[in-house]
Amino acid sequence: MMDENLKRTILLDHYSHPRNKGLSDDPTYRTLHMASDSCIDDIKVQVKVKDGIVEDLRFDGVGCTISFASTSIFTELLKGKSVKEALALIEEYYAMLDEKTYNPEDLEEANAFDTLYKQANRIKCGTIGVKGIEELIRESVKNEK
Amino acid sequence: MFDVKAIRRDFPMFQNNPELIYFDSAATSFKPQKVIDAVMDYYCNKTVNIHRGDYDLSFNVSNTYEEAREVARKFINAQSSDEIVFTNGASSALNLVAYGYGQKYLTADDVILSSEAEHASNILPWFRVAEVTGAKIEYIPLRPDGSFDIELFKKAMHSGVKVVTLAQVSNVLGYILPMKEIAKIAHSYGAVVVCDGAQSVPHIKTDVQDTDIDFLAFSGHKMCGPSGVGVLYGKYALLDKMDAFMLGGGSNARFDICGNILLKKPPFKFEAGTPCIEGVLGLKAAMEYLMDIGMENVEANDKMLVHYLSSKLLELPNIELYNPHSDCAICTFNVKGVFAQDAATYLNTKHIAVRSGNHCAKILLNVIGASETIRASMYLYNTKEEIDRFVKEVAQIDLDKCVGVFL
Ligand SMILES: Cc1ncc(COP(=O)(O)O)c(C=O)c1O
Repeated sequence: MMDENLKRTILLDHYSHPRNKGLSDDPTYRTLHMASDSCIDDIKVQVKVKDGIVEDLRFDGVGCTISFASTSIFTELLKGKSVKEALALIEEYYAMLDEKTYNPEDLEEANAFDTLYKQANRIKCGTIGVKGIEELIRESVKNEK
Repeated sequence: MFDVKAIRRDFPMFQNNPELIYFDSAATSFKPQKVIDAVMDYYCNKTVNIHRGDYDLSFNVSNTYEEAREVARKFINAQSSDEIVFTNGASSALNLVAYGYGQKYLTADDVILSSEAEHASNILPWFRVAEVTGAKIEYIPLRPDGSFDIELFKKAMHSGVKVVTLAQVSNVLGYILPMKEIAKIAHSYGAVVVCDGAQSVPHIKTDVQDTDIDFLAFSGHKMCGPSGVGVLYGKYALLDKMDAFMLGGGSNARFDICGNILLKKPPFKFEAGTPCIEGVLGLKAAMEYLMDIGMENVEANDKMLVHYLSSKLLELPNIELYNPHSDCAICTFNVKGVFAQDAATYLNTKHIAVRSGNHCAKILLNVIGASETIRASMYLYNTKEEIDRFVKEVAQIDLDKCVGVFL
């Protein structure tokens, strides 16, 4: 488990100073609107994939601490990774939220969510942006083929 | 005498959840033992269908079912119990009016007038009417604080308006609309008035003859009754010329192989299929329970509670209260710098149930300028002591505490 104080610092930091916030007009970005029907988060995510590399990720919208912090962390975490690495990290993250065995090593700051499962009704907040990013990456793979 | 301690003893939810502060009665209310008994009695002692049997049990349950119509008539002071249609709830009642009256009688030249404070259940059915008939929807502007202004309503009214559809009490702001004045003005233009009473009927005395509204929709579950049951009141002549939403057993008098259908008269023509019998019997018990206490007393106690809570929240520097003039047991607010859902999750760890979100009234958000809020809503069983405990917790909320919940 990550240290509580460190988790607190990471969550507050990403919520108060979200990274990669604000959408790009560049048409080479794919955009997806993630509006949850069960909660009030309303987030748009953007991903730019080129030659099998996740070159850039952006997001914007309104959301709670968990949805904002998780989306912000993943826009940083996945930047520069290969599509394969990025999808593998996302799978590790889902496994962590599902209380399955996972490898914390490469999740870096996303480990701040290692006890999110305790608030079962809020797990969705921790995946809303990440699911959007995942979908965009998968789409781009399909299109590149 | 309004004895809240005695009232609380009527509700098993309090005995079974001694730590819980339940401030979400606008979503659904707790049920008193009498209502639970009525439902249980149907299941244990008289499970039969209505309006069909040739045996005593069915005859008796049918009678009780029809007595519930009479109790509902009395509860809202309708002229006749034939004006009471049992539905699945407020949403289904509103859809029934929109379909049976709106889609049948409106045309492309007509206007449906509503407000920006409506619940999805009272605006989406009218979107559909507009789509099908070509009628237009117009909105009465609200005051900057989201409250209703009769002068702005007068300005918005014109001869093209055929339906005025409004919630008497908004589920977000708790302001009470002057339905009598609204109906008078609307009628002078020949428009019918549809009133969404989901939040008003449980909390304030309702008199459909005095206000002269044409339709009223409400739900049992927000007024101490079971879920899955509600009422559409309509003036008889209007119900009579309206289409049924569903056809089937119980709603027809005759039909033949050529496709000719002769429907029964209202209210029966709207009640096709086996209804929620236990729900109607439970709703009857709920209305009787509320009438025993007296709706004037419920209303006065609600006002006392909401004024007390508002005044406490206004004193807190970390709180922004959006409806300081609420008269109907609803306080809508935010903790500054904290997302509504995070604050609600924090309160949950203190055994306090509130609702965060946009409360199905998505258009209103443009008016109050907050996309998400926390709503604390109370009912006859809530107390000043609960408010004090609630305010103490709310005063302490900050971002740090909210994040702490997830660590
Ligand atoms: C103002 C208003 N109208 C309509 C409804 C819909 O009621 P129901 O869900 O019982 O059909 C609600 C319930 O939240 C409401 O608050």
